[in-house]
Amino acid sequence: MLEHLWFPHDISTFGPQVDWLFLLIFWITVITWAAVMIAMVVFLFQYRHRPGRKAEYIEGNSRLEIFWTTATAVIMIALATLSKSTWAEIKENGPPGQVFYKVTAKQFNWEITYPDPDGNFGPKALTVENEMHVPVNKVVRFDLTSKDVIHSFFVPNMRLKQDAVPGRTIHVWFEAKEPGTYEIPCAELCGFGHSGMQGTLTVESEADFQKWLKDQYANQ
Amino acid sequence: MSSTAAVAVHGAHGEHHELSFWRTYIFSEDHKMIGRQFLFVALFMMSIGGLMAMLMRLDLAWPDTQFSFLKILPQSLQQDSAITANTYNAEFTMHATIMIFFVVMPILVGCFGNFLIPLMIGARDMAFPKLNMLSFWVSAVAGVIMMSSFWVPGGPAAAGWTSYAPLSAVPLYTGVDWGQNLWCISIIVLGVGSLMGSINYITTIINMRTKGMTFFRLPLVIWSLFITAILLLLALPVLTTALALLLFDRMAGTHFFLPAGGGEPLLWQHLFWFFGHPEVYIMILPGMGIASELIATFSRKPIFGYRAMAYAMAAIAFLSWIVWGHHMFQSGMDPALGQGFMLTTMVIAVPSAIKTFNWLGTLYKGDIHYTSAMLNALSFVAMFVIGGLSGIFMACTPVDMYIHDTYFIVAHIHYVLFGGSLFAVFGGIVYWFPKMFGRMMNETLAKVHFWITFVAFNCTFFPMHILGMGGHMRRIYNPTQYDFLKPLEPVNMFISISAFVLGAAQFLLLANMIWSYYKGEKATENPWHANTLEWSAPSPPGHGNWPGPVPVVYRGPYEYSSPESAEDYLPQWQPVEHATAAD
Repeated sequence: MLEHLWFPHDISTFGPQVDWLFLLIFWITVITWAAVMIAMVVFLFQYRHRPGRKAEYIEGNSRLEIFWTTATAVIMIALATLSKSTWAEIKENGPPGQVFYKVTAKQFNWEITYPDPDGNFGPKALTVENEMHVPVNKVVRFDLTSKDVIHSFFVPNMRLKQDAVPGRTIHVWFEAKEPGTYEIPCAELCGFGHSGMQGTLTVESEADFQKWLKDQYANQ
Repeated sequence: MSSTAAVAVHGAHGEHHELSFWRTYIFSEDHKMIGRQFLFVALFMMSIGGLMAMLMRLDLAWPDTQFSFLKILPQSLQQDSAITANTYNAEFTMHATIMIFFVVMPILVGCFGNFLIPLMIGARDMAFPKLNMLSFWVSAVAGVIMMSSFWVPGGPAAAGWTSYAPLSAVPLYTGVDWGQNLWCISIIVLGVGSLMGSINYITTIINMRTKGMTFFRLPLVIWSLFITAILLLLALPVLTTALALLLFDRMAGTHFFLPAGGGEPLLWQHLFWFFGHPEVYIMILPGMGIASELIATFSRKPIFGYRAMAYAMAAIAFLSWIVWGHHMFQSGMDPALGQGFMLTTMVIAVPSAIKTFNWLGTLYKGDIHYTSAMLNALSFVAMFVIGGLSGIFMACTPVDMYIHDTYFIVAHIHYVLFGGSLFAVFGGIVYWFPKMFGRMMNETLAKVHFWITFVAFNCTFFPMHILGMGGHMRRIYNPTQYDFLKPLEPVNMFISISAFVLGAAQFLLLANMIWSYYKGEKATENPWHANTLEWSAPSPPGHGNWPGPVPVVYRGPYEYSSPESAEDYLPQWQPVEHATAAD
């Protein structure tokens, strides 16, 4: 039970950076929270009403105002700056792709299109519902779109989330580090079938992946 | 000179002829009665919105289970005594819609705004009393339209309170036809009502302050309502426009948000959140104002950094216009734009921090009285701190990629909106009840209500952070459909049981209000020994608010424990030369 009260196991190359930022913010916020709460509890106890005591008339303190304004501003701007490169790496740039797909969302399935053996998305390309097979340790790139409403491609084990928007093609990439099967739920409300909409991501060795792909083409 | 004018105005308000029942209680132009009307309607709507929440929690703890008692609900909320995927979508949509548009906004802005503004600035009524009445009745019509959608075929709106297009724009995608249309129409109508209210508030605060009431002698709650009214005035037209476009897409065959006809789904999100983020602050700023009043009064100390508090609210209001993109980091909006929105969003933490530290500073060396109103205000601060800090996680774009659309977000908004706004509302009700109804609320019952609510609230919403970290998506009616969420089901069960306690505890508040209304101890003019002007009027104030001339203001609102006075308070209306001779 207890091991489930934290993140799911991470299998992506950028996951550790996301988790690191989460933990950084976690500790900043926990320390801030603890400091504020300790101050509050101490004040609440120390300055509770007792007969005969009068509050001290204090209107404020400009130096303190300047201090906490600057301190908060510095921490927040630093945090934004620190997060910039990770975001740029995941959503803006990223490494060149080695395997290419098209993923099309629809109520309430993921359509995964694999290129034909020549690498083209022509008529011979293979489309499978909800089953995404990828080779391990390869940069996977795919074009994400939707046929009807907005969906969101979410792989908790990779910390990856990207909305699929009808009328738009969005480029997504990831690299999986560990073989296994993982779930691809839809994270954006997409109608009465939203709950339960899910695909399976199978990460496997290059050989297994090629074999699976060959079987799929043969069965087509 | 000014007092004779005031008496003349007072006379014009009808002291000499009794108003009929209808003009006094139903179509009243009196700001205090309109405030009470908003309060009653909002509390009624809170019970409906709360019921929606209870149904959701029932389903999440025991998904796909039949409960025979659900049979009494309309078909749109249960099918064969069970909550289904369809009805669940309607339930969370209506929960959020009702709580945001028909509970938190009407209580904070409609009730406290109406009741407090004239009394606290020293005016006999609002600038436009007839517009004020119209504002309430237009809002009431919006409420009736929204409620009627429970009984139309297809049920009420089920596309979330955010109503993302194309899901909301094509009836086929949700299976909801008139429910969504009525949703749009209701909120357009409500927007008209809110606009009337905000114009009235702005005009009243600028023009009708009593002699001596300068802007920097205004109580912070009035500052907060003033800034809120400006936000409403600027934000609502954007929402109204977006809703009209959505309605055209649904009913007139246009394609503003539908890519098939050249439309753009993200346009809806930009318009919605351009309204939606100021809206978030519309719902928290008055809470901040109320908390400031209560904390200063019961710490018997001036608010720490009064001007910084006012400026921080203005800064929040300004920044709220340039952060809307943080709702859209994963939407397909250019990720480079996300970088900019991340920076502005991080910066909005600064004024929030200023406010928090100033509340702490107010407690420092105070003389703290633990009334139930104070407990609620302190809880506002503590919960707002958690809600504010958890917001930093989603401001950080890479972290947001993981927690976006998960229960982490649900936890965050409830810490701000329930932990923040609603605790301020509870505190405000206990604090101003004597002025509103002339009787004190039962203090013991109010404290019992507070403690149960406080504990149950945290047991309900804190574990949602953990669900979010586990990847638990929002808006799914059956988490057991996913293998990775199955181990989290005990957490869902715990949350549901806490939520039932939380829901049940609210009847204590209702019972206390009803009991105190009839049997409560009669209130004196100034039961809390507070400084602001409303406490110079009778409890409850009659038509025209003050039987004599309107009081004149001599000082700021927070002169508690001032060396100028022997008492630990020095009201705004007390002339200096009599200050030490008071009582």
